Amino acid sequence: MSEAATATVPAAAPVRPANKVEPFLRMDRMPTVWCPGCGIGTVVNGLAQALERCKLDLDKVAIVSGIGCTGRVAGYVRLDSFHTTHGRPIPFATGLKLANPELKVIVVSGDGDLTAIGGNHFIHAARRNIDMTVICVNNHTYGMTGGQVTPTTPPPAIASTTPYGAYEDPFNLQFLADACGAVYCARWTVAHVRQLAKAIEEALQKRGFSFVEAISPCPTLYARRNRLGEGVDALKYYEEKSVVKHGAPTREVGIGFQSEIAVGKFVDRERATLIEAMNERYSKAARGYVPYPTGHKPRK
Amino acid sequence: MKADPRGVLTGTHFMDGDHSCCEGALAAGCRFAAGYPITPSTEVVERISGRLPEMGGMFLQMEDELASSIAIQGAAWAGAKTLTVTSGPGFSLMMEHIGLAAMTETPCVYVDVQRGGPSTGLPTMPAQQDMMQAKWGSHGDYGIIAVCPNSPQECFDLTILAFNLAEQYRVPALVMMDEVVGHMIERVVIPEADRIEVVPRRYTQKKPGEYLPFRPGHDLVPDIVKAGDGYRLHVTGLTHDERGYPAMNVPAQEKLVRRLVDKIRLNAEKICRTEESGLDDAEVVVVSYGITSRIAQRSIELARARGVKVGSLRLLVAWPFPEHRIKALAGRVKAFVVPELNFGQMALEVERVAAGRSRTVCVGHAGGSVHDPKTIADAIVEAAR
Repeated sequence: MSEAATATVPAAAPVRPANKVEPFLRMDRMPTVWCPGCGIGTVVNGLAQALERCKLDLDKVAIVSGIGCTGRVAGYVRLDSFHTTHGRPIPFATGLKLANPELKVIVVSGDGDLTAIGGNHFIHAARRNIDMTVICVNNHTYGMTGGQVTPTTPPPAIASTTPYGAYEDPFNLQFLADACGAVYCARWTVAHVRQLAKAIEEALQKRGFSFVEAISPCPTLYARRNRLGEGVDALKYYEEKSVVKHGAPTREVGIGFQSEIAVGKFVDRERATLIEAMNERYSKAARGYVPYPTGHKPRK
Repeated sequence: MKADPRGVLTGTHFMDGDHSCCEGALAAGCRFAAGYPITPSTEVVERISGRLPEMGGMFLQMEDELASSIAIQGAAWAGAKTLTVTSGPGFSLMMEHIGLAAMTETPCVYVDVQRGGPSTGLPTMPAQQDMMQAKWGSHGDYGIIAVCPNSPQECFDLTILAFNLAEQYRVPALVMMDEVVGHMIERVVIPEADRIEVVPRRYTQKKPGEYLPFRPGHDLVPDIVKAGDGYRLHVTGLTHDERGYPAMNVPAQEKLVRRLVDKIRLNAEKICRTEESGLDDAEVVVVSYGITSRIAQRSIELARARGVKVGSLRLLVAWPFPEHRIKALAGRVKAFVVPELNFGQMALEVERVAAGRSRTVCVGHAGGSVHDPKTIADAIVEAAR
């Protein structure tokens, strides 16, 4: 009999977990596909800590990923989890959230997924201020496909499709998210384990579109090609070159090749969410409108 | 299950096919819709954007068709019955997510109000050029369901059918309209809610821990759950096992993809709907669908006046293709005449199934208009010789 035919989905957390993040993980799927020295696991750890501290009902938390190394996060987290198509986790999450606003919806995906193929969805979700937390693991490369250049690759980094070095100006994702209206924008590196978890915790508690960027190494495909050493060398670089700049104007926090990395919380503001704005408008314009999602307007 | 009366606009109306399609969706229980404007389908989303808030639903105009076509799947996994609407160029963009819905067995409905193509083509004029795209448009192998209304009344009726079949078989169901059907205004009778049969989502009775999200039942379709109910399910577009976990190997691929194809193929006779007349002594059978079936009706009258015994087989469901009906007629009739607003798409299916036992004559048309009934009548008379 096949493994699939006998196994069941473990839904309840173990009583005394060996590691406190284990209840958040699908331990039957370990080990992960991620390389030694990769930072994605640290981000998952930060997410697990943040979820624990938020005391959310985990049955009401859903996670959505796109495609790529970070896209695999959804498959390892013991939540309702959706591994969607390349670049499209945000619109999937949009439908999920709007059809059941009780859900806490989290998108975790990579820089290529969210800001290249999914860039249009990213900016519109921030503009709408749809209530979700987007965590972008930014390793400046497409890891799963072999280390190609992304919209965040800092010139003149070598990528498999920029063999002579990158030459396009990269996105500054904090500036992008800020300009599009995100209510919370923070960046940390995976060397900032506690700060990253804290930022995710804060993001989860915001109403509206919150954005956390986690700068993360890709030792296999980005660091090696650029002779930047192992995963641990990336962590040293993050420690040495990161500068905490809470509240800095986001246009000034772009990242260059092995440059200083501005980290911290850059944006924290209030703005009506999509559902709040819709309810406000309809309440004014449609007589007898009962705010979404609880009711309906009785027909005349 | 009977329809939720909040979504049912009971009465006799004078409305176009696009509006009627919207009312069909609401009667079927659609409470979340996403869309992007595109002629000639826009009237559906215009109407639904005003109607959904009246019944506790929501419409969101997305940034593009890629977003619309996956937002409805997120909403489906949150428990909503969902719809998106588009036309040719947007339908091309949606192919990615028709594949995702097929792979993840997400019940949802896509409406394509067909216009002339390729590319931007004829935005305001009809065609039936997306029929093969409906079947094969997304990469990979999968089963699909597509209905073809030929009147505003059928836009109502068959949109409900599409929702019901999407739920029953956990597939994306496609409503393949065309510009003429979408924009023609006719009488549409919407019955009382308790006269409308609606298929509820097939939620599992099993508890978390006992439930395998992709273990099929006897009809090859697995029962479903929704996010937020404690099942902690995993859904992926990767090849997966019955737990929903990625399983990228040959046996898992064979098991899953064979089932995705078979759950439609082996249930085809239950899914297919045809309207048939004059077949008993027919020498020639006209196989038609959508707006062309209305034109063909006139052609059949003209051909009968010229002494030809001609029958009609109309496809209300184009996919799965009613192979059993064509097989039953092949060899008994001289020819199948297949008029369509393309140069031979469903005609290829007729020809394939007839397998040389009867001749297949495609009466093609580039789109932009409907056929001249005389052209089809001439083809019928010629085929009867």
